[in-house]
Amino acid sequence: MSALLEVAGLSKRFGGVQAVDSLSFAVEEGSILGLIGPNGAGKSTVFNLINGVIPPDEGRVRFRGADVTGAPPYRVARHGLARTNQIVQPFMTMTVLENCIVGACFGRENLPLSSARETAREAATLVGLEDRLETLASQLTIAGKKRLELARALAARPTLLLLDEVLAGLNPTEVERMIGTLRTIRARGVSILMIEHLMQAIMSLSDRIVVLNTGTKLAEGLPAEVAADPQVIEAYLGDPGLAGTLREAGR
Amino acid sequence: MRLVRRPFFWIIAAVIATFALAPTYGNNVELREGLLLATVYIILASNLNMMLGYAGYVNFGGIVFFGLGGYFCVWLMSAFGWPLVAATLTGGVAVSALALLFGLGILRLRGAYFALATVGVNEAVMAFVTNFGPWGGSTGIYLSPALFGPLGGPAKALWTIYYLLVGVMGLSLYLSYTVKSSKFGLGLLAIGQNEDAASVLGVPTPRYKAAVYSLSAFLPAIAGGLYFFKGAFIQPPDAFDLQLSTETIVIAMLGGQGTVTGPALGAYLYEELRGWLLTSPTFSNFQLVIAGGLLLVIVLFAPGGLMGLIYRRWPRLRRILE
Amino acid sequence: MIGLLASLLDGILVGAVYGLAAMGITLIWGVMDVINLTHGAMIVAGMFGVYLLSGSLGIPVYATLPIVLVGGFVVGIGLYWLAVHRVVGQPPLMSLLSTFSVNLVLIGLGTAAWGTALFNVQVSLPGLSLGRYTFPGTHLMAAALTGVIGGVLYLFLYRTRTGKAVRAVSGNREAAELVGIPTRRVLALSFGLGVALACVSGMLIATLFPFTVLSGDAYQLKSFVVTVLGGLGNPAGALAAGIALGLLEGLATPFMPVSWTLVIEFVVFVVVLVAFPGGVLGLRRARSH
Repeated sequence: MSALLEVAGLSKRFGGVQAVDSLSFAVEEGSILGLIGPNGAGKSTVFNLINGVIPPDEGRVRFRGADVTGAPPYRVARHGLARTNQIVQPFMTMTVLENCIVGACFGRENLPLSSARETAREAATLVGLEDRLETLASQLTIAGKKRLELARALAARPTLLLLDEVLAGLNPTEVERMIGTLRTIRARGVSILMIEHLMQAIMSLSDRIVVLNTGTKLAEGLPAEVAADPQVIEAYLGDPGLAGTLREAGR
Repeated sequence: MRLVRRPFFWIIAAVIATFALAPTYGNNVELREGLLLATVYIILASNLNMMLGYAGYVNFGGIVFFGLGGYFCVWLMSAFGWPLVAATLTGGVAVSALALLFGLGILRLRGAYFALATVGVNEAVMAFVTNFGPWGGSTGIYLSPALFGPLGGPAKALWTIYYLLVGVMGLSLYLSYTVKSSKFGLGLLAIGQNEDAASVLGVPTPRYKAAVYSLSAFLPAIAGGLYFFKGAFIQPPDAFDLQLSTETIVIAMLGGQGTVTGPALGAYLYEELRGWLLTSPTFSNFQLVIAGGLLLVIVLFAPGGLMGLIYRRWPRLRRILE
Repeated sequence: MIGLLASLLDGILVGAVYGLAAMGITLIWGVMDVINLTHGAMIVAGMFGVYLLSGSLGIPVYATLPIVLVGGFVVGIGLYWLAVHRVVGQPPLMSLLSTFSVNLVLIGLGTAAWGTALFNVQVSLPGLSLGRYTFPGTHLMAAALTGVIGGVLYLFLYRTRTGKAVRAVSGNREAAELVGIPTRRVLALSFGLGVALACVSGMLIATLFPFTVLSGDAYQLKSFVVTVLGGLGNPAGALAAGIALGLLEGLATPFMPVSWTLVIEFVVFVVVLVAFPGGVLGLRRARSH
């Protein structure tokens, strides 16, 4: 059975910098794959290469068996791949519900406006925004905006969800809540590929981990394996605090 | 019919009725001519608004649709003897098709670059038409008065054209509203907010932008055909009137870009302003200056225009007035 | 064929001035991502500047250059604070409309003051004769002055601290701010420079061709064409592309009526915009921001 998402030999150069170098990995259906690495390792770039924001120089991206390498983002979205951003980008002058309706209308199911409302409402409820449906996106707190970003992606009923630091900037209570939400999402059959710096969280959530460093894959495997990998620890040694939490998280 | 239940439908109907009936009662030709200008403003501004207010793309070359529509219609009638309705409709379709072609090319560009391309369109099209023999070059095309015959003679024809233009105005407002409440319109609004995010969510941005560009060309082109038929004469500086082009933008921003009522309100206010300016001896030369100043103030302090201010004060009205 | 050669060479001279005008646009665009739609009006301002200074005040034509340069710079800074400052961070739509509206006001005032009459700046300068053809002294002088100004601009951008600050802000505004560069002042200064270049180019164009208040539009279009050809934010590219445009015009004028050149230039413009989103020698991405 081929994986849900297959990335093979992905490379991208920006001027003098090789941001991503011959990267290959796969996300299995129904699993959560964590993508970690020190700052500047190229993780967000990988996301951009997968969902078509930037075309890769080399390599292939296969999603549900179809080759989507270099396809424009809206076509990749139509295949069933949704994505959240590190820096949230809600539609500010639209309400929470309207934001989600956009996701529902143009996502995998390509719903008409009439049915999109219901799907949008469900997505908003899933992240806990059901009582803020008529609030303008600009009036939400940063945590609210992050939840909206997730809801909007969920409204598209994706098969695979790309999450770019969805926990960043949240306080511990919010983090707990978000982790719970992510588990619920996975239970509903949505696979997840996530970038995260919060070691504890990503180690406990992920089924498998891929470690990226300066654009290349440093290690891959179960969270515990990766956390004990000396090469990984060394890469993080530039940030001893993080290296420590890495080891802690692996236990 | 859900549309009939929405208050907005009745507002449009009332506006159309007023425009149609007010001058008719008492055969008030002066009022008709004044309202005719207003209808042209409203047609141009509300169609421009779909690009500007919904998708966030400034189209400085909107007047080109109007002028080319006029040229197609007048040319088809004078050179080939086509009847009015066929000629205007063909003009509308032809200009929309051209817009689609041009749009597919330049709408791959970002908003600012697109706007840049449209800044030059006016000059370029005018230069082209001025050199284009079959369309009369710099002299233009004259229509023989005999062409008013099928419409019952010149006096009656002027009224018919007026009613037709009011009809096109109604269609423009209706189109504006329908698009805004459709899935297509939602996609456009998303593009206007954040084109990258919209694309990632699955909105097929190049297709949508080209579609709205082409759509926003249709009714202005038809209006152009009617307008220049009425004048029985078309020449490049009138067809591609830079001042009208500018005023359209000011009107759309003044009334409130992104709203349906905005352009209509803006047109009304602007016409009042303009009328007052023309009668005042000191200010009649300064029309453009005042229009420019007005636009600057709006952009800097009230980018949502008048309707934006109204909606901020009374948010409930948003549901009723759109 | 010598006629064509002379036309081409003359095109290079005139093209240099187009390049100068385009430098004004590309500088502002490169530094703050703003398309300055007052550019045409500022070119006209430069034209009337030299006309009034030399006509009414009797100042020798080429001596007005520093006055126009400084005047343009001051006006540019004023324009920045008036129309651009508030909208710099906002969607490009806003700065387009704000500069557009200022343009309206200026052209409106201009037409109120001078109507659509044709004006001319009289300069008698010996020309250069090669065989049967004489290159007008004004064309040679304009090209030479453009070279000088271009050289000064280069020195400013690459050899002075302020110039480096300008380049830093255009590369990455946030980073520049973090390093302590007063970005707001740099933006105002850059805008002022861009406008100054527009005014000076207008001054030089006035010595080459007659003009009206409405001439700005055509030269603005040419400036945009050149900017796009030369690459956004690339002043050297603008100069090169300006010369290229001048060559194109030199090539075309013996063969077709002048009014077609505008159409051709526009077509070139659109084609280049679509095919090379960053400009032919482009350094900036035009697709994603």
